[in-house]
Amino acid sequence: MAAGNRSETAQGLALISPPLVYALLILAAPLATIVAYSFLKDGYLTVIREFTLENYIAVWNDPIFHRIMLRSLLVAGLVTLVTVALAFPVAYFLSFVVPPERKALWLFLITIPFWTSYLIRVFLWKVILGYNGVVNSGLKSLGLIEQPLTFILYNVNSMVITLAHAYAPFAILPIFIALEKIDRSLLEAGRDLGENRIMTFWRVTLPLAMPGVIAASLIVFIPTIGDYVTPELIGGGKIPMIANLIQAQMLALDNRPLGSALAVTSMLIVAVLSLIFLFLNRRFLRGQK
Amino acid sequence: MKGPFAKGGGLRAYAVFYLLFLYAPILLLPLFAFNSGTVIAFPLKGFTTDWFAQMYGNATLRRALTNSLIIAVSSSILATCLGIFAARATTRFRYPGKGAITSLIMLPLVLPEIIVSMSLLVVLLAIGIKLTVFTVILGHTLICMPYATVILTTAFNSLDRSLEEAAYDLGESKVSAFRLVILPLVMPGIVSSLLMSFTISLDEFIIAFFLAGNEPTLPTYIFSQLRFPKSIPMIMALGTVLVLFSIILLTLAEYYRRRGVARTGAKDSGGFL
Repeated sequence: MAAGNRSETAQGLALISPPLVYALLILAAPLATIVAYSFLKDGYLTVIREFTLENYIAVWNDPIFHRIMLRSLLVAGLVTLVTVALAFPVAYFLSFVVPPERKALWLFLITIPFWTSYLIRVFLWKVILGYNGVVNSGLKSLGLIEQPLTFILYNVNSMVITLAHAYAPFAILPIFIALEKIDRSLLEAGRDLGENRIMTFWRVTLPLAMPGVIAASLIVFIPTIGDYVTPELIGGGKIPMIANLIQAQMLALDNRPLGSALAVTSMLIVAVLSLIFLFLNRRFLRGQK
Repeated sequence: MKGPFAKGGGLRAYAVFYLLFLYAPILLLPLFAFNSGTVIAFPLKGFTTDWFAQMYGNATLRRALTNSLIIAVSSSILATCLGIFAARATTRFRYPGKGAITSLIMLPLVLPEIIVSMSLLVVLLAIGIKLTVFTVILGHTLICMPYATVILTTAFNSLDRSLEEAAYDLGESKVSAFRLVILPLVMPGIVSSLLMSFTISLDEFIIAFFLAGNEPTLPTYIFSQLRFPKSIPMIMALGTVLVLFSIILLTLAEYYRRRGVARTGAKDSGGFL
């Protein structure tokens, strides 16, 4: 039996090694490299192998970094809030109203736009929300407005709308899965004990759905904060987010150590915020998994 | 079973409205692609297929298409092969560090692509590897691998282990049991993973943008043209074709995924991810 177990372990490790080695080489090693670079000095077109904390000091003292980081956090936070709030009723509808045989079809319809030409979708939002865009020209021809609406023009608001659209399925799926796991008899028990529908939802359904809401929040927040395309296309490069800053430092300014320190700092900030978020919601996650 | 909000009439209306919001940009694409006006705005002018003709005659676009196809085919095959290993290992075996290893393989799913591409770029430049189609394949395989692994894990998970044991009892070796029993059962999952990875790679922009050097791919070509108002109508036509193509691929992927679930007799939990 012991021998059997050992061979089981060996077989498992042998099988997992190709994807593991690939992830180590193409993902873990490069990540380790930028961590290492962030502690090195920048020479002209090269990197000097000498330990320093200068890059981190420069990043932390840079007012541009503060502004762009805050803007990125704000945009990603708003996108997360909007996306999750808009997605929850849809996930609820899918789980509680749609008959089981139709669920896969609905999920499929929701995920399709997510997989189709990200760039063109972002660009089309610019067209929809722009100065002579679909919304403004439509409202003008209906005589509802005289001047184009300015609050949706190439600014943080339009970035939030675009990103909320892009990451919508990411929010629906985890909430849907959490709702599907809820034992329906609990809801009946709530009703039998004299709670009305709203109270049952508030005291039974919502707490049980929270792990899904938390997962959805993180799964939207983390990629949106690192989004490169939307600020580039919608903001026209004038309202950069953190990804644009990292890219500029790494390539345009060719300061790899500073760019690496920016990337590492941003990842740390996002990781710490995610952990705080999980900690604040720990009572919902207890007894999960 | 009814939800607490009556019969869900309001919810259904909301969900339909939400779907419209999701599809709004995609529905606008063909309108502008067949519109003879050169400015992307309402009201529409006349009907034309010029933009499609213009697209057909474009040499750079053709080169971008070839590159994208090479990248998407290679990455989807590589990612699916790696995914088969990962899925088989995690569903069938126990080994130390399983959770950590799986997390590492799944990490690209949540890591912003700018981080993946920048760190990979730094390493490639440091060791002096020229940026080509090949370097994009490296990156795309990495980001497709988690999706392939998820799809294939579902396929392998629903396998009945006794089928495999029956094959051993009947004298098949490990390899032949895998080929004769397991592979046919997970085949729909493999096809689904291939199609899914292909679609992701075809649409991926960030990694292609930074790792392709001077080689255009479809998304990087589109990005370069979005700056020129003159080429926008043609890009709308290209977008229409790409969206149609993606929808066909995704529908096929979903078809195979469901067939796989049905074949192994498992309950359909629905959807990718």
